[in-house]
Amino acid sequence: MEILVCAKRVPDTSENEIELDRAGTGIESDELVYSINEPDNYAVEEALQLVDRAGGSVTVATVGSEDDEEILRREMAMGAHNAVLLSDEAFEGSDGRGTAAVLKAFVGKGKYDLILTGVQADDGAAQVGGMLAAMLDYPFAALVNSIEVLDGGKLKIAREIEGGNREVSEIDLPCVLSIQTGINEPRYVGMRGIRQVASREIPTYDSSDLGIDPDTVGEAAAKVKRLDYFIPALGKGAEMLEGSPEEIAGKLVELLKVKGGLN
Amino acid sequence: MAPIFVYVVHKAGVPDDSAAELLAAAGRIDSAQSPVAVVTGWGTELDAVCNTLAASCREVWKIAAETLAYPNAELVRKALAAVVPRGSIILVAHSHFGVDLAPGLSIRMDAAYVPDVVEIDSADRAALKLVRQEFGGQVSTHVRCDLSGGAVIGIRPGAFKPLSGAPAGGQVVDKSAAVGPLAAGRRYLETVVAETGDVDITKHQVLVSIGRGIQGEENVAIAEELAEAMGAAVSCSRPVVDAKWMEKSRQVGSSGKTVKPKVYMACGISGSFQHLAGLKGNPFIVAINKNPKAPIFRVADVGIVSDILEFLPQLTNRVREECTVPAKGGRS
Repeated sequence: MEILVCAKRVPDTSENEIELDRAGTGIESDELVYSINEPDNYAVEEALQLVDRAGGSVTVATVGSEDDEEILRREMAMGAHNAVLLSDEAFEGSDGRGTAAVLKAFVGKGKYDLILTGVQADDGAAQVGGMLAAMLDYPFAALVNSIEVLDGGKLKIAREIEGGNREVSEIDLPCVLSIQTGINEPRYVGMRGIRQVASREIPTYDSSDLGIDPDTVGEAAAKVKRLDYFIPALGKGAEMLEGSPEEIAGKLVELLKVKGGLN
Repeated sequence: MAPIFVYVVHKAGVPDDSAAELLAAAGRIDSAQSPVAVVTGWGTELDAVCNTLAASCREVWKIAAETLAYPNAELVRKALAAVVPRGSIILVAHSHFGVDLAPGLSIRMDAAYVPDVVEIDSADRAALKLVRQEFGGQVSTHVRCDLSGGAVIGIRPGAFKPLSGAPAGGQVVDKSAAVGPLAAGRRYLETVVAETGDVDITKHQVLVSIGRGIQGEENVAIAEELAEAMGAAVSCSRPVVDAKWMEKSRQVGSSGKTVKPKVYMACGISGSFQHLAGLKGNPFIVAINKNPKAPIFRVADVGIVSDILEFLPQLTNRVREECTVPAKGGRS
Protein backbone atom coordinates (compact mmCIF):
# COMPACT_ATOMS: atom_id res chain seq x y z
CA MET A 1 0.00 0.00 0.00
CA GLU A 2 1.37 3.38 -1.02
CA ILE A 3 0.51 5.92 1.66
CA LEU A 4 0.86 9.68 1.63
CA VAL A 5 0.75 11.54 4.94
CA CYS A 6 0.19 15.30 4.87
CA ALA A 7 1.94 16.93 7.82
CA LYS A 8 2.45 20.42 9.20
CA ARG A 9 5.02 22.09 11.43
CA VAL A 10 3.33 24.09 14.17
CA PRO A 11 4.23 25.97 17.34
CA ASP A 12 4.18 23.40 20.12
CA THR A 13 1.47 24.66 22.48
CA SER A 14 2.62 22.34 25.25
CA GLU A 15 5.98 24.15 25.16
CA ASN A 16 4.82 27.70 24.45
CA GLU A 17 2.63 30.40 25.84
CA ILE A 18 1.20 31.96 22.70
CA GLU A 19 1.46 35.74 22.95
CA LEU A 20 0.68 38.65 20.70
CA ASP A 21 3.51 40.58 19.07
CA ARG A 22 4.20 44.26 19.80
CA ALA A 23 1.80 45.41 17.12
CA GLY A 24 -0.88 43.40 18.89
CA THR A 25 -2.19 41.78 15.73
CA GLY A 26 0.24 38.91 15.14
CA ILE A 27 1.83 36.10 17.13
CA GLU A 28 5.15 36.74 18.84
CA SER A 29 7.25 34.22 16.97
CA ASP A 30 10.80 34.89 18.20
CA GLU A 31 10.98 32.26 20.90
CA LEU A 32 8.42 29.75 19.71
CA VAL A 33 9.37 26.10 19.83
CA TYR A 34 8.08 24.26 16.78
CA SER A 35 7.31 20.61 16.32
CA ILE A 36 5.29 18.36 14.06
CA ASN A 37 1.55 18.82 14.57
CA GLU A 38 0.78 16.07 17.07
CA PRO A 39 -2.13 14.42 15.20
CA ASP A 40 0.07 14.28 12.07
CA ASN A 41 2.61 12.28 14.04
CA TYR A 42 -0.11 9.74 14.89
CA ALA A 43 -0.98 9.64 11.17
CA VAL A 44 2.62 8.84 10.25
CA GLU A 45 2.79 6.11 12.89
CA GLU A 46 -0.45 4.62 11.60
CA ALA A 47 0.90 4.66 8.05
CA LEU A 48 4.09 2.91 9.17
CA GLN A 49 2.10 0.22 10.98
CA LEU A 50 -0.14 -0.33 7.94
CA VAL A 51 2.90 -0.73 5.70
CA ASP A 52 4.42 -3.15 8.21
CA ARG A 53 1.32 -5.31 7.83
CA ALA A 54 0.42 -4.79 4.16
CA GLY A 55 3.71 -3.75 2.53
CA GLY A 56 4.33 -0.60 0.52
CA SER A 57 5.85 2.71 1.47
CA VAL A 58 5.13 5.91 3.35
CA THR A 59 5.68 9.39 1.92
CA VAL A 60 5.34 12.48 4.11
CA ALA A 61 4.56 15.79 2.41
CA THR A 62 4.29 19.28 3.80
CA VAL A 63 3.33 22.58 2.22
CA GLY A 64 5.75 25.14 3.60
CA SER A 65 9.30 26.40 3.54
CA GLU A 66 12.82 25.14 4.23
CA ASP A 67 12.19 25.60 7.95
CA ASP A 68 9.68 22.77 7.72
CA GLU A 69 12.31 20.25 6.63
CA GLU A 70 12.99 19.51 10.30
CA ILE A 71 9.64 17.79 10.75
CA LEU A 72 10.12 15.85 7.50
CA ARG A 73 13.47 14.59 8.79
CA ARG A 74 11.90 13.70 12.09
CA GLU A 75 9.26 11.59 10.35
CA MET A 76 11.91 9.95 8.16
CA ALA A 77 13.77 9.08 11.35
CA MET A 78 10.54 7.46 12.51
CA GLY A 79 10.62 5.30 9.41
CA ALA A 80 8.89 7.21 6.62
CA HIS A 81 10.46 6.13 3.34
CA ASN A 82 10.18 9.43 1.49
CA ALA A 83 9.58 13.05 2.32
CA VAL A 84 8.77 15.97 0.05
CA LEU A 85 8.54 19.70 0.54
CA LEU A 86 5.93 21.57 -1.50
CA SER A 87 7.24 25.10 -1.46
CA ASP A 88 6.72 28.23 -3.49
CA GLU A 89 6.21 31.89 -2.67
CA ALA A 90 2.95 31.57 -4.57
CA PHE A 91 1.65 29.13 -1.91
CA GLU A 92 2.09 31.60 0.95
CA GLY A 93 -1.09 32.88 2.53
CA SER A 94 -3.13 30.00 1.15
CA ASP A 95 -6.40 29.23 2.90
CA GLY A 96 -7.39 25.61 3.52
CA ARG A 97 -8.61 25.30 -0.03
CA GLY A 98 -5.31 26.60 -1.42
CA THR A 99 -3.32 24.14 0.68
CA ALA A 100 -5.58 21.30 -0.43
CA ALA A 101 -5.11 22.37 -4.07
CA VAL A 102 -1.31 22.17 -3.71
CA LEU A 103 -1.59 18.70 -2.15
CA LYS A 104 -4.01 17.61 -4.87
CA ALA A 105 -1.48 18.58 -7.52
CA PHE A 106 1.19 16.55 -5.73
CA VAL A 107 -1.10 13.52 -5.40
CA GLY A 108 -1.58 13.72 -9.16
CA LYS A 109 2.19 13.26 -9.66
CA GLY A 110 2.15 9.84 -8.02
CA LYS A 111 -0.12 6.94 -7.20
CA TYR A 112 -1.32 6.64 -3.63
CA ASP A 113 -3.80 4.13 -2.24
CA LEU A 114 -4.32 5.98 0.99
CA ILE A 115 -3.86 9.58 2.07
CA LEU A 116 -3.75 10.46 5.75
CA THR A 117 -3.82 13.78 7.57
CA GLY A 118 -3.91 14.60 11.26
CA VAL A 119 -7.37 15.47 12.52
CA GLN A 120 -6.50 19.14 12.90
CA ALA A 121 -3.56 21.49 13.33
CA ASP A 122 -2.78 24.62 15.35
CA ASP A 123 -5.59 26.59 13.72
CA GLY A 124 -8.16 23.99 14.77
CA ALA A 125 -9.73 24.03 11.34
CA ALA A 126 -9.78 20.30 10.54
CA GLN A 127 -10.36 21.09 6.89
CA VAL A 128 -7.58 20.15 4.47
CA GLY A 129 -8.21 16.39 4.39
CA GLY A 130 -11.90 16.71 3.62
CA MET A 131 -11.23 19.32 0.96
CA LEU A 132 -8.51 17.25 -0.65
CA ALA A 133 -10.79 14.21 -0.80
CA ALA A 134 -13.56 16.24 -2.45
CA MET A 135 -11.10 17.68 -5.00
CA LEU A 136 -9.88 14.16 -5.83
CA ASP A 137 -13.41 12.73 -5.65
CA TYR A 138 -12.15 10.14 -3.15
CA PRO A 139 -14.19 8.94 -0.18
CA PHE A 140 -13.29 10.62 3.11
CA ALA A 141 -13.68 10.01 6.82
CA ALA A 142 -12.78 12.36 9.66
CA LEU A 143 -11.67 11.50 13.21
CA VAL A 144 -10.56 7.99 12.36
CA ASN A 145 -9.34 6.00 15.37
CA SER A 146 -8.83 2.56 13.91
CA ILE A 147 -7.94 1.11 10.51
CA GLU A 148 -8.08 -2.49 9.41
CA VAL A 149 -7.09 -3.56 5.89
CA LEU A 150 -9.70 -5.71 4.16
CA ASP A 151 -9.38 -7.70 0.94
CA GLY A 152 -10.55 -6.18 -2.30
CA GLY A 153 -9.16 -2.66 -2.00
CA LYS A 154 -11.14 -1.70 1.09
CA LEU A 155 -10.54 -0.68 4.69
CA LYS A 156 -12.64 -1.15 7.80
CA ILE A 157 -12.40 2.05 9.79
CA ALA A 158 -13.86 3.52 12.95
CA ARG A 159 -14.60 7.19 13.51
CA GLU A 160 -14.72 8.72 16.96
CA ILE A 161 -18.17 10.21 17.52
CA GLU A 162 -19.96 11.75 20.51
CA GLY A 163 -19.51 10.23 23.93
CA GLY A 164 -16.50 8.20 22.83
CA ASN A 165 -18.71 5.92 20.72
CA ARG A 166 -17.21 4.57 17.52
CA GLU A 167 -18.87 4.64 14.10
CA VAL A 168 -17.62 1.69 12.07
CA SER A 169 -17.64 1.83 8.27
CA GLU A 170 -16.16 0.21 5.23
CA ILE A 171 -14.37 2.55 2.84
CA ASP A 172 -13.00 2.01 -0.66
CA LEU A 173 -9.41 2.77 -1.61
CA PRO A 174 -8.11 5.19 -2.66
CA CYS A 175 -9.44 7.38 0.12
CA VAL A 176 -8.49 10.20 2.48
CA LEU A 177 -8.70 9.76 6.26
CA SER A 178 -8.13 12.31 9.01
CA ILE A 179 -6.49 10.57 11.95
CA GLN A 180 -7.52 11.19 15.55
CA THR A 181 -4.91 11.26 18.31
CA GLY A 182 -4.70 8.15 20.45
CA ILE A 183 -5.15 5.75 17.50
CA ASN A 184 -1.71 4.27 18.27
CA GLU A 185 1.40 4.95 20.30
CA PRO A 186 3.84 6.86 18.08
CA ARG A 187 7.34 5.49 18.33
CA TYR A 188 10.07 7.47 20.01
CA VAL A 189 12.54 9.33 17.83
CA GLY A 190 15.93 9.99 19.32
CA MET A 191 18.65 12.40 18.27
CA ARG A 192 20.58 9.48 16.86
CA GLY A 193 17.75 8.58 14.51
CA ILE A 194 17.51 12.15 13.30
CA ARG A 195 21.29 12.31 12.70
CA GLN A 196 21.03 9.20 10.55
CA VAL A 197 18.67 10.95 8.12
CA ALA A 198 20.37 14.35 8.34
CA SER A 199 21.96 14.02 4.93
CA ARG A 200 18.97 12.52 3.13
CA GLU A 201 17.87 14.72 0.29
CA ILE A 202 14.35 16.12 0.49
CA PRO A 203 12.94 16.86 -2.96
CA THR A 204 11.19 20.22 -3.30
CA TYR A 205 8.33 20.86 -5.68
CA ASP A 206 7.30 24.37 -6.68
CA SER A 207 4.25 25.55 -8.59
CA SER A 208 5.71 24.81 -12.01
CA ASP A 209 6.83 21.31 -10.93
CA LEU A 210 3.28 20.68 -9.78
CA GLY A 211 1.60 22.38 -12.75
CA ILE A 212 -0.22 24.84 -10.51
CA ASP A 213 -1.34 28.21 -11.82
CA PRO A 214 0.07 30.53 -9.11
CA ASP A 215 -3.05 32.69 -9.31
CA THR A 216 -5.23 29.84 -8.06
CA VAL A 217 -3.43 29.43 -4.71
CA GLY A 218 -1.83 31.65 -2.10
CA GLU A 219 -3.08 34.83 -0.57
CA ALA A 220 -4.53 36.31 -3.77
CA ALA A 221 -6.83 33.35 -4.32
CA ALA A 222 -7.77 32.87 -0.67
CA LYS A 223 -11.46 33.34 0.02
CA VAL A 224 -10.79 33.09 3.74
CA LYS A 225 -8.24 35.44 5.27
CA ARG A 226 -7.09 35.88 8.83
CA LEU A 227 -7.20 39.62 9.60
CA ASP A 228 -5.51 39.66 12.99
CA TYR A 229 -4.93 37.87 16.25
CA PHE A 230 -6.33 39.12 19.52
CA ILE A 231 -6.70 37.93 23.08
CA PRO A 232 -10.34 37.11 23.79
CA ALA A 233 -12.12 39.20 26.39
CA LEU A 234 -11.66 37.59 29.77
CA GLY A 235 -15.31 37.43 30.81
CA LYS A 236 -15.52 37.35 34.55
CA GLY A 237 -12.40 35.21 34.71
CA ALA A 238 -11.15 33.20 37.63
CA GLU A 239 -10.40 34.61 41.06
CA MET A 240 -6.67 33.97 41.20
CA LEU A 241 -5.37 32.66 44.51
CA GLU A 242 -1.97 34.01 45.42
CA GLY A 243 0.56 33.57 48.16
CA SER A 244 2.85 30.77 49.24
CA PRO A 245 1.77 27.26 48.21
CA GLU A 246 0.75 26.59 51.83
CA GLU A 247 -1.37 29.72 51.92
CA ILE A 248 -2.99 28.92 48.60
CA ALA A 249 -3.76 25.37 49.69
CA GLY A 250 -5.32 26.75 52.88
CA LYS A 251 -7.50 29.25 50.99
CA LEU A 252 -8.55 26.60 48.52
CA VAL A 253 -9.56 24.14 51.22
CA GLU A 254 -11.78 26.79 52.81
CA LEU A 255 -13.45 27.43 49.44
CA LEU A 256 -13.89 23.73 48.76
CA LYS A 257 -15.57 23.25 52.13
CA VAL A 258 -18.14 25.91 51.23
CA LYS A 259 -18.72 24.52 47.73
CA GLY A 260 -19.15 20.91 48.79
CA GLY A 261 -15.80 19.77 47.44
CA LEU A 262 -14.76 17.87 50.55
CA ASN A 263 -16.72 14.76 51.36
CA MET B 1 -27.32 38.94 1.28
CA ALA B 2 -27.10 35.37 0.06
CA PRO B 3 -29.86 33.02 1.24
CA ILE B 4 -28.97 31.19 4.48
CA PHE B 5 -29.54 27.48 5.01
CA VAL B 6 -29.00 25.62 8.28
CA TYR B 7 -28.34 21.89 8.16
CA VAL B 8 -29.99 20.23 11.14
CA VAL B 9 -28.82 16.91 12.57
CA HIS B 10 -31.25 14.87 14.60
CA LYS B 11 -31.65 11.70 16.57
CA ALA B 12 -34.72 9.60 17.35
CA GLY B 13 -37.04 12.13 15.73
CA VAL B 14 -35.73 15.12 17.71
CA PRO B 15 -33.58 17.97 16.31
CA ASP B 16 -30.16 18.32 17.93
CA ASP B 17 -29.64 21.21 20.38
CA SER B 18 -27.35 22.76 17.80
CA ALA B 19 -30.33 23.51 15.53
CA ALA B 20 -31.47 26.46 17.64
CA GLU B 21 -27.87 27.67 17.89
CA LEU B 22 -27.47 27.60 14.11
CA LEU B 23 -30.68 29.59 13.73
CA ALA B 24 -29.32 32.13 16.23
CA ALA B 25 -26.06 32.39 14.24
CA ALA B 26 -28.06 32.83 11.03
CA GLY B 27 -29.90 35.71 12.68
CA ARG B 28 -26.57 37.33 13.51
CA ILE B 29 -25.56 37.15 9.84
CA ASP B 30 -28.82 38.56 8.50
CA SER B 31 -31.69 39.26 10.85
CA ALA B 32 -33.91 40.27 7.91
CA GLN B 33 -34.22 36.83 6.40
CA SER B 34 -35.74 33.66 7.71
CA PRO B 35 -33.22 30.87 7.18
CA VAL B 36 -34.25 27.60 5.58
CA ALA B 37 -33.70 24.48 7.68
CA VAL B 38 -32.51 21.47 5.68
CA VAL B 39 -32.99 18.00 7.09
CA THR B 40 -32.00 14.63 5.67
CA GLY B 41 -33.22 11.23 6.83
CA TRP B 42 -35.98 8.74 6.35
CA GLY B 43 -39.39 7.72 7.57
CA THR B 44 -41.49 8.94 10.48
CA GLU B 45 -38.47 10.16 12.44
CA LEU B 46 -37.60 12.57 9.65
CA ASP B 47 -41.20 13.80 9.45
CA ALA B 48 -41.25 14.39 13.21
CA VAL B 49 -38.05 16.46 12.99
CA CYS B 50 -39.40 18.51 10.08
CA ASN B 51 -42.66 19.23 11.89
CA THR B 52 -40.81 20.32 15.03
CA LEU B 53 -38.58 22.65 13.02
CA ALA B 54 -41.53 24.16 11.15
CA ALA B 55 -42.56 25.74 14.46
CA SER B 56 -39.40 27.88 14.47
CA CYS B 57 -38.50 28.15 10.75
CA ARG B 58 -40.52 29.67 7.92
CA GLU B 59 -39.38 26.90 5.59
CA VAL B 60 -38.04 23.39 6.16
CA TRP B 61 -36.53 21.47 3.28
CA LYS B 62 -36.93 17.74 3.72
CA ILE B 63 -34.68 15.29 1.88
CA ALA B 64 -35.98 11.77 2.40
CA ALA B 65 -34.13 8.69 1.20
CA GLU B 66 -33.76 5.26 2.75
CA THR B 67 -30.00 5.49 2.22
CA LEU B 68 -30.02 8.60 4.45
CA ALA B 69 -31.65 6.80 7.39
CA TYR B 70 -28.19 6.77 8.97
CA PRO B 71 -26.38 10.11 8.51
CA ASN B 72 -23.39 9.02 6.44
CA ALA B 73 -21.65 12.33 5.72
CA GLU B 74 -20.54 11.10 2.30
CA LEU B 75 -24.16 10.72 1.23
CA VAL B 76 -25.47 13.79 3.05
CA ARG B 77 -22.86 15.93 1.27
CA LYS B 78 -24.08 14.74 -2.13
CA ALA B 79 -27.70 15.32 -1.17
CA LEU B 80 -27.03 18.88 0.03
CA ALA B 81 -24.95 19.73 -3.04
CA ALA B 82 -27.85 18.55 -5.21
CA VAL B 83 -30.45 20.68 -3.47
CA VAL B 84 -28.94 23.86 -2.03
CA PRO B 85 -28.42 26.62 -4.64
CA ARG B 86 -24.85 27.72 -5.39
CA GLY B 87 -23.91 30.98 -3.74
CA SER B 88 -25.83 30.22 -0.53
CA ILE B 89 -24.52 30.41 3.02
CA ILE B 90 -24.80 27.00 4.70
CA LEU B 91 -24.43 26.74 8.46
CA VAL B 92 -23.50 23.41 10.07
CA ALA B 93 -22.53 22.52 13.62
CA HIS B 94 -18.77 22.07 14.02
CA SER B 95 -19.24 18.65 15.60
CA HIS B 96 -17.98 15.14 14.93
CA PHE B 97 -20.43 15.08 12.07
CA GLY B 98 -19.72 18.61 10.87
CA VAL B 99 -15.99 18.09 10.40
CA ASP B 100 -16.79 14.95 8.42
CA LEU B 101 -19.30 16.71 6.19
CA ALA B 102 -18.42 20.36 5.76
CA PRO B 103 -14.90 20.74 4.26
CA GLY B 104 -15.81 18.59 1.27
CA LEU B 105 -19.20 20.27 0.99
CA SER B 106 -17.48 23.64 0.51
CA ILE B 107 -15.49 22.19 -2.39
CA ARG B 108 -18.60 20.68 -3.97
CA MET B 109 -20.43 24.00 -3.58
CA ASP B 110 -17.35 25.92 -4.77
CA ALA B 111 -17.82 28.03 -1.66
CA ALA B 112 -15.55 29.45 1.03
CA TYR B 113 -15.26 27.44 4.25
CA VAL B 114 -14.76 28.75 7.77
CA PRO B 115 -14.84 26.09 10.48
CA ASP B 116 -15.43 26.39 14.23
CA VAL B 117 -16.80 29.94 14.30
CA VAL B 118 -17.50 31.31 17.78
CA GLU B 119 -18.86 34.76 16.91
CA ILE B 120 -20.21 36.77 13.97
CA ASP B 121 -18.49 40.18 14.09
CA SER B 122 -20.19 41.73 11.07
CA ALA B 123 -21.75 40.77 7.76
CA ASP B 124 -22.51 42.45 4.46
CA ARG B 125 -23.22 41.28 0.94
CA ALA B 126 -19.55 40.87 0.06
CA ALA B 127 -18.10 39.21 3.13
CA LEU B 128 -18.51 37.95 6.67
CA LYS B 129 -16.17 39.00 9.46
CA LEU B 130 -16.04 36.06 11.83
CA VAL B 131 -14.25 35.17 15.06
CA ARG B 132 -12.36 31.91 15.48
CA GLN B 133 -9.86 30.62 18.00
CA GLU B 134 -6.44 29.10 17.43
CA PHE B 135 -3.81 27.32 19.50
CA GLY B 136 -6.38 25.51 21.63
CA GLY B 137 -8.19 28.74 22.47
CA GLN B 138 -5.13 30.68 23.61
CA VAL B 139 -5.71 33.39 20.99
CA SER B 140 -8.63 34.49 18.84
CA THR B 141 -8.62 35.74 15.27
CA HIS B 142 -10.88 37.79 13.05
CA VAL B 143 -11.39 36.06 9.73
CA ARG B 144 -12.73 37.58 6.54
CA CYS B 145 -14.83 35.20 4.49
CA ASP B 146 -15.53 36.17 0.88
CA LEU B 147 -19.16 35.51 -0.06
CA SER B 148 -18.84 35.78 -3.83
CA GLY B 149 -19.29 32.01 -4.21
CA GLY B 150 -21.29 31.47 -1.03
CA ALA B 151 -19.92 29.95 2.12
CA VAL B 152 -20.06 26.92 4.36
CA ILE B 153 -19.71 28.02 8.00
CA GLY B 154 -19.06 25.62 10.88
CA ILE B 155 -20.59 26.93 14.12
CA ARG B 156 -19.02 25.87 17.41
CA PRO B 157 -21.58 24.04 19.56
CA GLY B 158 -22.54 26.15 22.56
CA ALA B 159 -21.17 29.42 21.17
CA PHE B 160 -24.51 30.96 20.17
CA LYS B 161 -27.43 31.36 22.55
CA PRO B 162 -30.71 30.13 21.06
CA LEU B 163 -33.28 32.86 20.44
CA SER B 164 -36.80 32.55 21.68
CA GLY B 165 -38.46 33.56 18.45
CA ALA B 166 -42.14 33.87 17.70
CA PRO B 167 -43.80 30.73 16.30
CA ALA B 168 -43.03 30.64 12.57
CA GLY B 169 -45.81 28.39 11.38
CA GLY B 170 -43.46 27.25 8.66
CA GLN B 171 -44.07 24.81 5.85
CA VAL B 172 -42.22 21.62 5.03
CA VAL B 173 -41.06 21.40 1.41
CA ASP B 174 -40.16 17.97 0.11
CA LYS B 175 -36.96 18.27 -1.97
CA SER B 176 -36.29 14.51 -2.18
CA ALA B 177 -36.98 14.33 -5.89
CA ALA B 178 -34.08 16.70 -6.64
CA VAL B 179 -31.65 14.14 -5.19
CA GLY B 180 -30.81 11.24 -7.45
CA PRO B 181 -29.85 7.77 -6.26
CA LEU B 182 -27.18 8.08 -3.57
CA ALA B 183 -24.14 5.85 -3.30
CA ALA B 184 -20.74 6.42 -1.72
CA GLY B 185 -17.38 4.72 -1.33
CA ARG B 186 -17.97 4.65 2.41
CA ARG B 187 -20.66 2.43 3.90
CA TYR B 188 -21.84 2.57 7.51
CA LEU B 189 -21.68 -0.75 9.33
CA GLU B 190 -22.39 -0.22 13.04
CA THR B 191 -21.90 1.98 16.08
CA VAL B 192 -19.83 0.57 18.92
CA VAL B 193 -20.88 2.10 22.23
CA ALA B 194 -18.13 3.24 24.59
CA GLU B 195 -17.45 1.15 27.67
CA THR B 196 -18.26 2.51 31.10
CA GLY B 197 -15.12 1.28 32.84
CA ASP B 198 -14.41 0.60 36.50
CA VAL B 199 -15.37 4.08 37.77
CA ASP B 200 -18.41 5.92 36.44
CA ILE B 201 -17.25 9.55 36.52
CA THR B 202 -20.72 10.77 35.55
CA LYS B 203 -22.00 9.71 38.98
CA HIS B 204 -19.52 11.71 41.05
CA GLN B 205 -20.14 15.08 42.71
CA VAL B 206 -16.45 15.99 42.90
CA LEU B 207 -13.90 15.29 40.18
CA VAL B 208 -10.15 15.71 40.29
CA SER B 209 -9.47 15.95 36.59
CA ILE B 210 -5.98 15.74 35.13
CA GLY B 211 -4.59 16.89 31.80
CA ARG B 212 -1.31 16.97 29.96
CA GLY B 213 0.27 18.70 32.98
CA ILE B 214 0.38 15.38 34.85
CA GLN B 215 3.28 14.60 32.50
CA GLY B 216 3.47 10.85 33.01
CA GLU B 217 1.59 7.74 34.07
CA GLU B 218 3.68 7.52 37.22
CA ASN B 219 2.22 10.84 38.40
CA VAL B 220 -1.41 9.80 38.15
CA ALA B 221 -1.12 8.54 41.74
CA ILE B 222 -0.70 12.16 42.88
CA ALA B 223 -4.20 12.92 41.61
CA GLU B 224 -5.58 9.67 43.01
CA GLU B 225 -4.29 10.56 46.46
CA LEU B 226 -5.94 13.98 46.34
CA ALA B 227 -9.17 12.44 45.08
CA GLU B 228 -9.15 9.90 47.88
CA ALA B 229 -8.62 12.62 50.47
CA MET B 230 -11.45 14.70 48.99
CA GLY B 231 -13.85 11.79 48.47
CA ALA B 232 -13.68 12.43 44.74
CA ALA B 233 -13.02 10.44 41.57
CA VAL B 234 -10.23 11.04 39.05
CA SER B 235 -11.20 12.04 35.54
CA CYS B 236 -9.02 13.40 32.75
CA SER B 237 -8.76 15.24 29.45
CA ARG B 238 -7.97 13.80 26.05
CA PRO B 239 -4.14 13.91 26.05
CA VAL B 240 -4.07 11.67 29.14
CA VAL B 241 -6.12 9.03 27.31
CA ASP B 242 -4.13 9.41 24.09
CA ALA B 243 -0.96 8.73 26.08
CA LYS B 244 -2.69 5.66 27.62
CA TRP B 245 -2.18 6.94 31.16
CA MET B 246 -5.87 6.51 31.94
CA GLU B 247 -8.80 4.60 30.46
CA LYS B 248 -11.02 6.24 27.84
CA SER B 249 -13.95 5.87 30.25
CA ARG B 250 -12.35 8.54 32.49
CA GLN B 251 -12.25 11.18 29.74
CA VAL B 252 -14.40 14.31 30.07
CA GLY B 253 -15.28 16.03 26.80
CA SER B 254 -17.26 15.91 23.59
CA SER B 255 -15.58 12.64 22.62
CA GLY B 256 -15.67 11.36 26.20
CA LYS B 257 -18.17 11.57 29.03
CA THR B 258 -20.48 14.45 29.87
CA VAL B 259 -20.27 15.09 33.61
CA LYS B 260 -22.27 17.28 36.01
CA PRO B 261 -20.24 17.49 39.21
CA LYS B 262 -20.66 20.10 41.94
CA VAL B 263 -16.91 20.74 42.03
CA TYR B 264 -14.44 20.24 39.17
CA MET B 265 -10.72 20.43 39.84
CA ALA B 266 -9.06 21.03 36.45
CA CYS B 267 -5.43 20.10 37.09
CA GLY B 268 -2.96 20.74 34.29
CA ILE B 269 -5.84 21.01 31.80
CA SER B 270 -5.62 23.83 29.25
CA GLY B 271 -9.39 23.93 28.67
CA SER B 272 -10.09 23.26 25.00
CA PHE B 273 -13.71 23.72 23.95
CA GLN B 274 -13.97 20.00 23.26
CA HIS B 275 -13.07 19.35 26.89
CA LEU B 276 -15.40 22.01 28.29
CA ALA B 277 -18.24 20.65 26.17
CA GLY B 278 -18.30 17.66 28.51
CA LEU B 279 -18.72 19.80 31.61
CA LYS B 280 -22.35 20.61 32.35
CA GLY B 281 -24.45 21.83 35.25
CA ASN B 282 -22.35 24.92 36.06
CA PRO B 283 -19.93 23.33 38.56
CA PHE B 284 -17.53 25.25 40.78
CA ILE B 285 -14.34 25.03 38.71
CA VAL B 286 -10.88 25.21 40.23
CA ALA B 287 -8.13 25.54 37.61
CA ILE B 288 -4.53 24.74 38.45
CA ASN B 289 -2.13 25.29 35.57
CA LYS B 290 1.41 26.54 35.25
CA ASN B 291 0.55 28.50 32.10
CA PRO B 292 -1.16 31.73 33.23
CA LYS B 293 -2.51 32.12 29.66
CA ALA B 294 -4.31 28.76 29.69
CA PRO B 295 -7.92 29.23 28.47
CA ILE B 296 -9.20 27.25 31.47
CA PHE B 297 -8.66 30.36 33.62
CA ARG B 298 -11.32 32.16 31.57
CA VAL B 299 -14.02 29.75 32.63
CA ALA B 300 -12.80 28.75 36.09
CA ASP B 301 -14.16 30.23 39.32
CA VAL B 302 -10.83 29.97 41.09
CA GLY B 303 -7.40 29.85 39.46
CA ILE B 304 -3.98 28.87 40.75
CA VAL B 305 -0.86 29.33 38.64
CA SER B 306 1.28 26.41 39.70
CA ASP B 307 2.81 23.15 38.58
CA ILE B 308 0.31 20.49 39.62
CA LEU B 309 3.09 18.03 40.39
CA GLU B 310 4.22 20.35 43.18
CA PHE B 311 0.88 21.78 44.25
CA LEU B 312 -1.39 18.74 44.38
CA PRO B 313 0.60 16.87 47.07
CA GLN B 314 0.55 20.00 49.23
CA LEU B 315 -3.18 20.33 48.73
CA THR B 316 -3.64 16.66 49.58
CA ASN B 317 -1.83 17.15 52.88
CA ARG B 318 -3.92 20.20 53.70
CA VAL B 319 -7.16 18.35 52.88
CA ARG B 320 -6.11 15.41 55.04
CA GLU B 321 -5.42 17.73 57.97
CA GLU B 322 -8.81 19.31 57.48
CA CYS B 323 -10.69 16.07 57.23
CA THR B 324 -9.06 14.36 60.15
CA VAL B 325 -11.37 15.17 63.02
CA PRO B 326 -9.14 16.22 65.90
CA ALA B 327 -9.38 13.79 68.77
CA LYS B 328 -11.51 15.54 71.35
CA GLY B 329 -10.61 15.16 74.95
CA GLY B 330 -13.46 13.52 76.79
CA ARG B 331 -15.32 15.73 79.18
CA SER B 332 -14.41 14.75 82.61
